[in-house]
Formats: sequence, C-alpha cells, structure tokens
Amino acid sequence: MRVQNLALAIYVHWPFCLSKCPYCDFNSHVRETVDHDRWRTGLLAELDHYADRASGRTVTSIFFGGGTPSLMEPSTAAAVIDRVAARWTMAPDVEITLEANPSSVESARFAALAVAGVNRVSLGVQALDDASLSFLGRRHNVAEAMDALAVAKRQFARTSFDLIYARPGQSVADWRAELARALEEGTEHLSVYQLTIEEGTRFATLAARGELDMPDEETQAALYETTQEVLEAAGLPAYEISNHARPGAESRHNLTYWRYGDYVGIGPGAHGRLTVDGVKLATRAHRAPEIWLDRVSAKGHGAHADVPVSMAERSDELLMMGLRLKEGVARARLRDELGADIDILLDDRKLSRLVDAGFLQLDDDRLSATAEGRQRLNAVLASLLSHK
Amino acid sequence: MTDTTTPLARIRNFAIIAHIDHGKSTLADRLIEECGGLEKREMKQQVLDSMDLERERGITIKAQTVRLAYTAKDGLEYQFNLMDTPGHVDFAYEVSRSLAACEGSLLVVDSTQGVEAQTLANVYQAIENDHEILCVINKVDLPAADVDRVKEQIEEVIGLDTSNAVAISAKSGIGIPELLEAIVTFLPPPKSGDADAPLKALLVDSWYDAYLGVVILVRVVDGTIRAGQKVRFMQTGATRDIDRVGMFAPKRVVIDQLGPGEMGFITAGIKEIAETKVGDTITDERRLAAEPLAGFKPSVPVVFCSLFPVDAAQFEHLRDSLGKLALNDSSFHFEAESSQALGFGFRCGFLGLLHMEIIQERLEREFDLDMIATAPSVVYRVHQTNSTMIELYNPADMPDVVKIDHIEEPWIKATILLPDEYLGGILQLCQERRGVQIELTYVGARAMLVYRLPLNEVVFDFYDRLKSISRGYASFDYTLDGYEEGDLVKMQILVNNDPVDALAMVVHRSQSERRGRMLCERLKELIPKQLFKIAIQAAIGGKVIARETVSAMRKDVTAKCYGGDISRKRKLLDKQKEGKKRMRQFGEVEIPQSAFIAALRMGDEN
Ligand SMILES: Nc1nc2c(ncn2[C@@H]2O[C@H](COP(=O)(O)OP(=O)(O)O)[C@@H](O)[C@H]2O)c(=O)[nH]1
Ligand SMILES: C[S@@+](CC[C@H](N)C(=O)[O-])C[C@H]1O[C@@H](n2cnc3c(N)ncnc32)[C@H](O)[C@@H]1O
Ligand code: SF4
Ligand SMILES: [Mg+2]
Repeated sequence: MRVQNLALAIYVHWPFCLSKCPYCDFNSHVRETVDHDRWRTGLLAELDHYADRASGRTVTSIFFGGGTPSLMEPSTAAAVIDRVAARWTMAPDVEITLEANPSSVESARFAALAVAGVNRVSLGVQALDDASLSFLGRRHNVAEAMDALAVAKRQFARTSFDLIYARPGQSVADWRAELARALEEGTEHLSVYQLTIEEGTRFATLAARGELDMPDEETQAALYETTQEVLEAAGLPAYEISNHARPGAESRHNLTYWRYGDYVGIGPGAHGRLTVDGVKLATRAHRAPEIWLDRVSAKGHGAHADVPVSMAERSDELLMMGLRLKEGVARARLRDELGADIDILLDDRKLSRLVDAGFLQLDDDRLSATAEGRQRLNAVLASLLSHK
Repeated sequence: MTDTTTPLARIRNFAIIAHIDHGKSTLADRLIEECGGLEKREMKQQVLDSMDLERERGITIKAQTVRLAYTAKDGLEYQFNLMDTPGHVDFAYEVSRSLAACEGSLLVVDSTQGVEAQTLANVYQAIENDHEILCVINKVDLPAADVDRVKEQIEEVIGLDTSNAVAISAKSGIGIPELLEAIVTFLPPPKSGDADAPLKALLVDSWYDAYLGVVILVRVVDGTIRAGQKVRFMQTGATRDIDRVGMFAPKRVVIDQLGPGEMGFITAGIKEIAETKVGDTITDERRLAAEPLAGFKPSVPVVFCSLFPVDAAQFEHLRDSLGKLALNDSSFHFEAESSQALGFGFRCGFLGLLHMEIIQERLEREFDLDMIATAPSVVYRVHQTNSTMIELYNPADMPDVVKIDHIEEPWIKATILLPDEYLGGILQLCQERRGVQIELTYVGARAMLVYRLPLNEVVFDFYDRLKSISRGYASFDYTLDGYEEGDLVKMQILVNNDPVDALAMVVHRSQSERRGRMLCERLKELIPKQLFKIAIQAAIGGKVIARETVSAMRKDVTAKCYGGDISRKRKLLDKQKEGKKRMRQFGEVEIPQSAFIAALRMGDEN
C-alpha cells in the first residue's frame, strides 16, 4: 500500500436544517423532530462498517457537514469523534471541523462541541447586511452572526466563515466594502462562493420567471477579480478557487478532496473515495435521510454498491480537483495515482495550446492553472480533457 | 356505365383553378356531394386533399381527378371529370399538366377578395391551353361579397367575358345547381376522339401506391384502353400488360375500359415511377399510333438547398426517407454530399420555395427527422475562360475566380397585386432586390405590379418581406424568364480564417455587404464565448467585407464546493466533453454545430 493511502479523511453528513434556503441544493431537509439516539447509533454503525474496510489508516481530519451539523447534539459529535479514535489512529494534529449556522441557538452549543473535540468551525455567515441575509432566506441577521463569530473565535482554535457574492444588484464597490468588513474579523480562513442558481431550488424558479436580476458575465468576472485582489492584499490569497487562507491555515480536510486523497463518507448522501488494493472505489450513500437510517439499522450501512473508478476517470478526477488548487497537481502525484507521466496522460497539443495561451503552467515539478486559467477552469478542463 | 364508354358529347373535362384559398377544394367537395359521388356521411372536408399536410395547411399539392355523373335538365347523364389543381406557383407545372388533359376551366374568384396574382397566372395557363373559361364568383354568402365589382375586375384586368359567370357559395351550396347546368352548357366536350382509331392516351400523372404499385392517370384521346391489353409507352419504348383500369368517383372503382375523351387510371405491374414519364403517349402494342401526342416539357428543379441530419446517426434514415418521397414526387431530386461544418447530408432540388418547405415538413413529420437546411440557392450558369459552361447547383462547387469568364443567373417575371397604400414599400423592396419594373397598373384600389427580378433575390426572404410590408395583403406569382449575366460573387464566411462551407453563398456584388454583415452579426450572437476570441468574417475572394469578433470568455468556473461529491462534478465535465464531439474545429477554436444550425434556421424565419 502506498504511503498517502495511509492517510484518511472522514466526512460526516447531518442532513437537517431549521428551514430551507432558497439557493441551496445540498442534501438538507426540514423535519419537525429528529430521533437523535437513532441517528447517533446509525452514524456509529456506518463508521464501523468503513473502519472494517479501511483499517490501519491514520485519520488526518474529520468534517461535520450538512445540512446544519451545529444542530447535532454535541454528544453525538463526541460519540462519532470517539469512535473514530477507537477504530483508527488519529493524527496528532487532526483537524476536526464543523459547519455551523451563526445564530444564538447554535452558538450556545459551541462550548460543548469544543469539549467533544471539534477544533475548527466554519460559519455560514453568507452576507454582511441584513437585506441580503433576508433575500438569501437566512434566519440570522448580521448582529447575531457577529455574536456567533465572537463565540466561535473564543471556543475554537480555528475559525472560518462563508460568504456568497454576485447577488442580484451587488456592485463591485458594495462587494469591496463587504470584503473589507469581513477582513476586520481577522479570521485566517474565508470561503467566498459566487451565488450559483441550482436546479430544483426556489431561486431557479424565480430565475426562470425572470424575477432574479443576476449580474452579467462581465460583472461576475469583475467581482471575482476584486475578491482575488482584496483578499490577496490582505494576506489571504486564494489557495483554491473559492477558498482563501493565511498560508498554513488552509482547510486540511478540503485539501484532501482537492489532492484526491482517500476519504470516507458517513451519513445520508455522503460520498467517498477509498483505495483498496490499488482499486479506487467510489462510495455513495442513500440520499433520503429516512431510507438511509432504515438501511443502516438493517444492514449496518446505508451505502449503494461501490463503483470502481476507471483509470481514465481517476485521471479526470485528479486533474479536475487538483487544478482548482493554486498549487496545482504534482507530477509525482500523477505518477503515483496513475502510474504514468503527464505526456502520456494528456494530449500534448492541447496542453501546449493552453500553456501558450497563459491558462496553464507546467514545470519540472507540477502542472497548475494560472489565475487566468482558474477563473475559466471549466472551459480549460473541457478543452484539456476532451478526447478526440 | 362501366361497361360502355360515354359519347363525347356527354363528357366534360375541366379543371378548377384559383388563387389559394379562394375555394377550389370546397367547390370540389360540393360538386362531389351534389352528384352523389359520396353519401353525406362519407363527406369530410376537402375530400380531394388526401395528404394530412394538404388538409392541415389548406393547400392542394397534387392535382386530383374525380369522375362524377350528373343528370342535367335535358334529362341526359353527363360524365364530369374534374381536376382540383394546386393554387401555388411552385406547382404551376402540375397545373399545366392538368390543364392539358381538359378542355375547360372553372375560374374561381373569391367575391370578397377579387383577382389575385395566382388568379392571373392560372388564367394565362388556361388560355394557353385553349380552354373555355367559366367564371365562378365564390363566397357570396359572406357580407363582404361584392359580385359586381369582382366581375368588373375580371373583365377589366383579365379581359374575360363574365356574362355567363355564376355566383355561388361553395360552402353553403348557393348557386351549385346553376353551376352544374352552366358546366354542361358553356364548357365544351372533348374535341376529337375516334373510338376505332389506334389507342392514344396521355400519361397525365403517376404516383406510387403501397397496394397497387405505380398508378397512372390517363386521358384517352383516341381508341380504348382495357385490362389485358398490351400497351407501349411511346417515349420510353417500354411495353406492359394493363392489369387494371379504373376511375375515382371519388372512391376507387375498377371498370372495364376507358374510351375517347375519358379520364381514369391504369396499373400495369410497374414498381417505380421513374419508369413512367409524365406527358408520354400510351398506345396499343398491336396497333401502334402513328404520332405521339404533344406531351409537355419536363419539370426542372429551380431551387436547391442541402439537408443535413442534426444527429449524424440519422443519415441513413434521411436517405431512405428522401427516397420514399421521391417515389411519389418526380420533381424532387437529391444526391449525397458532405460538409465540414455539418457533416454528411444531401443536396436537394425543388420546384420552388413552397415545394422545399413541404418536403422538409414531410421529412420532419412523417419520418420524424430533425434536419438542418442550408440557405436556398438557384442554378447559376458559370461560363469559364476555357469557353465551357457549367451549371452550378451548389456554391461550394464554384470554380476558382480566375477560371470564370462570367456568370449568368435565372430571372423571373413576377406579378404582384396589392392594396395601393403598400405600394411604396413594395416598390422599394423590388428595387433593393435588383428588380426592373415592367408595368404598374391599377385595378380599382389595387395596384398590379409586374417586375423582372433575379430569382436568387426572391429565394432569400423575399416572400416574407413582401408579406410583412403589405401585412399579408399582397399576392405574388412568377414565371421563369430566362438567364442573364450578373455581377455575381461567391461569398464565404470565415471563422478564425477557416471557411465554413455550409454558409457559402453566391450573391450579387451589390448585395454582398448587407448579407455578409447580417450573417456575421448573427453568428456573433450564436457562438458562445470561449477561451479564445473568435474572428468572424465575410469575404469575397481574399477581400474581407464584414467582420465581427466574439470576445474571449472572462469567467467560467464552478464556485461551490460539493464536498466529496466528485462524481457530480465529473458528470458535468463529461457532459461538456460530450458536447465537444458535436463541435467543429476552426483554427484554435471549436464551434458548436448548433451555432451554424441556428444561423441557418434564423435565415428561414427572417
Ligand atoms: N364563407 C365561405 N367560405 C368559403 C367558401 N368557399 C370556401 N370557403 C372557405 O375558404 C377557405 C379556403 O377554401 P379552400 O377550398 O381550401 O380553398 P383552395 O385553397 O382554393 O382550395 C376555407 O376556409 C373554406 O372553408 C364560401 O363559399 N363561403
Ligand atoms: C453545505 S453549505 C451550508 C452550511 C450551513 N448549513 C450554512 O448554511 O451555513 C456550505 C456553503 O455553501 C455555500 N452555498 C450553498 N449553496 C450555494 C449556492 N447556490 N451558491 C453559492 N454558494 C452556495 C454557502 O456559502 C454555504 O455556507
Ligand atoms: S444553506 Fe445551509 S442552512 Fe440553508 S438549507 Fe442549505 S444547508 Fe441548510
Ligand atoms: Mg385546396
């Protein structure tokens, strides 16, 4: 077994929210009541299932995502963390992140979550003015979010928060001011996502009816470029398309995804990538919370059948994820994952065309996308990876 | 009456001619009903329009013949053979064939509309065929009917005597008995016709029937034709045994024989309509006629375009479908061709724009094909410096400029009738399209314009412009009017300096800039932004006459982190990669085929 396969990241999905935000297409659901004991038992059972299949690894990170995992009972988070520690080796510097919504209900639990072992929190602040927050269907206002952030900073070693930009009507000047305000909070990590209209959301319906005045491509580009400029100048450069950190403060868990390392997904709708005997397996759990829970209760896991990922797909996935990172993809990583060098894996003509145009750069060590290339990464990937 | 033939004096062969929508098909229905050809419960509207498309679009495409028995006031039974002819100019050839088989015409004019362009075109053809013309003023049931004004118009514009004209409503039946009597009284019986002479029958039309094979419509001039008879087709030289003789009443009825002056159908075990030449003379193999009948000139396609399946996998299906249509439509031609921009397809020839539209619509509806058509083009005569001439059916085949001495293009003579208030706009349109005015006269408040126009200016959105300028009130008809030299050039569209073959066209130099700019602008709208900027140019030879640029995309990246759901992202990528398969490489950019398709489609709609 190769060295990097010894490292393992663990994702835990908590699928419940107090209400559904109009832009959100994550696997999140509103339920009157949740049987916390049953859910705890289910999550632990599925952890055991994967522990049996991926024993001997060192866990480098755990990530509680959602949904709204800050609505989990702290004891559930504690039980999951303890079970991971019991079944695997925990890296000494293990990163344990929890996504939290920034309201008083949840910040009241931060202390208990910290005791449970959570050492990093990612807060869904989303916007820094009340009108935008209500447009985004959020249950908190700016003042509450700032209070929650203050609590988080006291309770956890590392704190990050999320913002959504390119909202209808947002100008470059507005966004510049909002970013400046965000930087005053002094967090070492920020996630800034461009608002995306996702199928099956309320916003998609509004957009289809022409009732959402989304910024045009030019404005979107200007907002993106402004983000890069402002955050870079403040010492928080982008290490990934939408993620900014002081060097060293990057999310280790998310780096595992982007570097195409192994991770196990626990909970409804969770995905995983697990290398077993040189074969990369894609795992995927039932999305519907109740079905997942029934399956876990009955069989010990809620997963669909594993699907082996072909070499060609592995190559696409590795590049697709890796090129989102500023560091790009190391040649050594390609050789290690795919047993072949870049010139074998990629069409020389396409590659040099994209390099010459200033979208990609290639040196002895690695292939990476330039700032220009990252800004257009979908088109760069389609052009680089299309077979003809 | 099936075992004996009807004496000449009691036969009336006539066509119904009219401008579209003036009521030909409805009148045919009434006559059939009145003569008891069908029981009331069997009558459906537009009995003779047999194709779904004909009934739905309200146009007659193929001429239809029906035999009716009418007992006149004189107590005698008459045999009527009536033909409902297509009203549209594209099918003028069908009309002329039908007219050659008859001695008279009912000219139907809508009493609320008056004389229109096709009224004139059809009348001139009837006159050329020595027809007696009986005027029928239709739709008198409508409040807007103005019978006297319309009669006056007919006298004034066409110069026909309207003292025998019959005013009717084909819809309600007003005037139908009077019309039936007038047919007997004023339309002539067949001129000559000798039952004992050797057989001479005109091959009027033929079509393929799934049960009977090829069915041939004939008009007997001399002699008789009967089942079992061995006949010879004088033009092709083929001989065949007749296995069936019949008529449409309008239901198909098998009879023993057809005599002089009569019309009906025969079958003779023929499998392909290509073996039957419309206008041929059929005679008795054992008693040959000395001279064939006059016949008619073959129809020639005048408008061409290329058809490509949107999905390349449908190519064979398209070939089969074109073949099936050609089975029944001897005026439709096609041959395979290939295009860099659009893949494999067919170059097709049509009688006119409506014919083209109808074929395309049938392919889409009856054969479930999704197709793209290139801009319609005409047949150019390219005279080369080596003093040979080639007929150019496809702009892509244009010889190198240095080899060209001069090019001739087809012209038409167009008749346009329109309300006076739109005259200014229409004159300007004709002028823009290089028209030469021949005549401008007035028919009451309506202007009648006669113009000579290059056909290639007419196939390009002329109809639609005419309709929109006149709010649908102008009517239009044309006849081909020879070839003339023109300052014609091949215009190419270049994408990043590579020519797009499917968009090449032959244009008059004076029109090239306008057309070039239009296409470039359109493509700019249609080609999605890419990593690299894209130059779109229209050029003649090496000279660029219009230019647009699609700027490079500034942003295209998925912002959101889907956690560990890489499969979802990979599927999006796979979709993009799949899309690339439908793209065509031009220099360093790839253009989706859909952009060319949309550019061509917009051409149809303009
Ligand atoms: N009111 C009225 N409408 C008629 C009459 N004759 C035909 N029509 C209508 O005019 C339209 C065109 O008739 P059609 O027979 O299809 O015309 P064609 O194109 O000459 O064959 C149809 O909607 C008919 O119903 C008539 O005598 N009175
Ligand atoms: C799993 S989600 C939500 C976590 C948490 N429940 C919350 O709402 O704060 C993670 C982040 O994705 C971002 N996000 C979700 N949907 C988005 C969309 N349609 N467009 C842009 N960003 C989106 C939001 O910033 C959100 O905080
Ligand atoms: S954005 Fe967060 S809180 Fe809103 S529905 Fe999605 S997961 Fe739930
Ligand atoms: Mg009709």
